[in-house]
Amino acid sequence: MMNCQQVTRLLSDAQERELSLKERTALKVHTMMCSGCRNFGQQMGTLREIARKYVNGTTGDNSDQLTANSDDDRRD
Amino acid sequence: MKAEQAQNDKTEDSHTIKLADPVYINELRVLMLKFATLQLNDEALAEDAVQEALMGALKNAASFNRRSALKTWVFAILKNKIADALRKRQRIVEGSSLLKNCEDEDNLAELFNNKGFWHVDERPAAWSQPMESVKSDHFWRVFETCLSALPENQSRLFMMREFIELDSTEICENLNITTSNLHVLLYRARLRLRECLENHWFIEGEKS
Repeated sequence: MMNCQQVTRLLSDAQERELSLKERTALKVHTMMCSGCRNFGQQMGTLREIARKYVNGTTGDNSDQLTANSDDDRRD
Repeated sequence: MKAEQAQNDKTEDSHTIKLADPVYINELRVLMLKFATLQLNDEALAEDAVQEALMGALKNAASFNRRSALKTWVFAILKNKIADALRKRQRIVEGSSLLKNCEDEDNLAELFNNKGFWHVDERPAAWSQPMESVKSDHFWRVFETCLSALPENQSRLFMMREFIELDSTEICENLNITTSNLHVLLYRARLRLRECLENHWFIEGEKS
């Protein structure tokens, strides 16, 4: 069975490449029992989202509004 | 069809106005400069990249794809400028220097016991509503501090990957490192960044 160090490495790699079925199964089994790694896995996605947010606008309302406008364009 | 044209014209106008608004441009410039300085670690280079990106934006304002938000578009130009600057500099700084010391500078034993399981007090906690944080200026200061606390090679790779969104292949080719080197360094960066954010924001926040 994989330990937390191996599992967290895979959870980070999952941001970079498609994991194999075997790897995904091992992750599932481990994270079912380990809340630490479960949280870590969620936070990998959160870190990426935060980084995107840092670049693509942190001024909340303003950028939301611009995005909303561009959505309107797309619908037309 | 006519209505669509009118709608597009209107959108284009509003972006042109925004680009002509000195207050807006200045705010944008400050943000761009912060980003470029963090990324390039060199104020003069950062200043150049921002200047070029802004000039490019103004010059091509008419042809710019109306579907993207203005800020996203300007940052896309900036990211390209930064990527160019990094590539240029890379010819001077060899990829190997990026890897120097990386093998032994991180001690994962601080986080994991000798069987590779979390130390009880290092086990990641659940973050409640993490994306609410991005509305807080204080959060971004913590984020920047945590990012700059990473070993330099790790923070640079993290930013290349997550800010500039270069893909693994491109980063490896440019820095002459292997995919597995890259993945290890990104893993370590994420381990540290996660821990730092948790200790200095997500847990602190809960307490207060």
